[in-house]
Amino acid sequence: MSELLRIEGLTIAPVAAPDHLLVNNVSFALESGKTTCIVGESGSGKSLTALAVMGLLSPQLRRTQGQVIFQDQDLTRLNNEQMRDIRGKRIGMIFQEPMTSLNPVLTAGYQIGESLAVHLGLKGQALKARVAVLLEQVGIPASRANSYPDELSGGQRQRVMIAMSIACEPAMLIADEPTTALDVTVQAQILKLLDELKSRMNMGMLFITHDFGVVADIADNVVVMFRGAVVESGPVTQVLHAPQHPYTQALLACVPDAEGKKPLKPIDYAWLQEGAVA
Amino acid sequence: MSEFILSASHLNKTYSQRSGKFGFGNTLVKALDDVSISLRAGSTLAVVGESGSGKSTLARCLLQLQPLDSGEVLFQGHDLAALSASELRNERRHLQMIFQDPFASLNPRMKVGEIVGEGLLIHQLGSSAEQRSKVLRMLKRVGLSEQDVQKYPHEFSGGQRQRIGIARALVLEPKVVVCDEPVSALDVSIQAQILLLLKELQQEMALSYLFISHDLRVVRHIADEVAVMHKGKVVEQGKVGDIYAAPTQEYTRNLLNAIPGKKALVEQTN
Repeated sequence: MSELLRIEGLTIAPVAAPDHLLVNNVSFALESGKTTCIVGESGSGKSLTALAVMGLLSPQLRRTQGQVIFQDQDLTRLNNEQMRDIRGKRIGMIFQEPMTSLNPVLTAGYQIGESLAVHLGLKGQALKARVAVLLEQVGIPASRANSYPDELSGGQRQRVMIAMSIACEPAMLIADEPTTALDVTVQAQILKLLDELKSRMNMGMLFITHDFGVVADIADNVVVMFRGAVVESGPVTQVLHAPQHPYTQALLACVPDAEGKKPLKPIDYAWLQEGAVA
Repeated sequence: MSEFILSASHLNKTYSQRSGKFGFGNTLVKALDDVSISLRAGSTLAVVGESGSGKSTLARCLLQLQPLDSGEVLFQGHDLAALSASELRNERRHLQMIFQDPFASLNPRMKVGEIVGEGLLIHQLGSSAEQRSKVLRMLKRVGLSEQDVQKYPHEFSGGQRQRIGIARALVLEPKVVVCDEPVSALDVSIQAQILLLLKELQQEMALSYLFISHDLRVVRHIADEVAVMHKGKVVEQGKVGDIYAAPTQEYTRNLLNAIPGKKALVEQTN
């Protein structure tokens, strides 16, 4: 499979405190048709990494080092206008909160059609037909195109977000905790949908989560982040069943299993740091 | 009777909801439909279900934070719904609640010492010196320090705030604690810490938990018995091991199949 995205030595720090590295020398690669999961606790820098790929870091933060090479093009060298041509068209993004990331005063159909109109110049009946197809693809009846976000359930809203992000058939999809706010049963449906779409459209998917259960279901490769740095990465079976780094082992030990056989063990950070020194 | 510390029978609760154009219509939503559950003393009963299944309504109605349409809630042999306001307040000392969102459930303008001590103040338990020492002991027990008494909630992380919420509930030495999704807003590592803390405290203080959650992995870990709710009804109830091993209802099976991580488990066993 061809390499789609390569992040090399990505480092992010606040403008006001350049020594305080929020993302520290992160490197990994993503192939077409594969899913890479970034796992870590809150504050580990997983969302910042994703935002940096899209060039969406807040003005208070700065990428001090590193490259983001997407389809042989270094995204960090592009200006905002050139980035705009990539966002939504060649890289789609799904955010965590389907409630807050949709515009409440615009219909679902309009919001899905917006990127089609901007990037592909579709209009009128052609646009409507395409939106209808997209809605059907994510499992919502096409007649709901005229519904407003408040008329949809949480799962349906996340489906609308997915339809928006795949509208221009991007080569890569970034999903930032897309199922964290959803019920287990809805979560299972959405994960299945994303997996199908990924295979059908041969997209590369960068999937951010803190749930190892989700990782086990969806990932091909796993990148484990801790305090801004990558501590371990590799194929999903290797990371889940034979974790090498003490942090990955500790994080896995925190996840309750469905059988209730495993004793829960919270992370002992003091021990971790000693382990890192030793 | 003494086996069950809290038992509820035939609870009904209906919400009316505005609907239709401009909210002129009215639809009735049955949040609780003839729900009966019983909590054994010293054990944990988990209530699971999707959002909208009525599990949080159940919690609120059990504690009489919301009026019931019908049904009775027996706590240590007397009906909570029949009590007067002041009698109910006395009983509430034994019925405490830990809330889901550690950010919204602590008053940002009160110091931690005041938040945790407020229940003691209201119930007039002990002199102010005794109250102070109780608060300190409880804070230490949940893993916070003495200096934290003077701090405000915004100075703490999510996991620490949930510890404050636990201290507030347990300082009154209650008998029943209703935990409404106490770990769903927390990271896995913090979640494990809080679950272990809740288990230890249950042993030490002989607490009975009603544990509301939609995460079946967490429930498997903490609960002795489980009640599955769907559309306001309890569809299945029993020992945790039995229900996870052999669910009799289609809905329970769907819930269990939706637990993420199944795929890898299957691969591992193959």
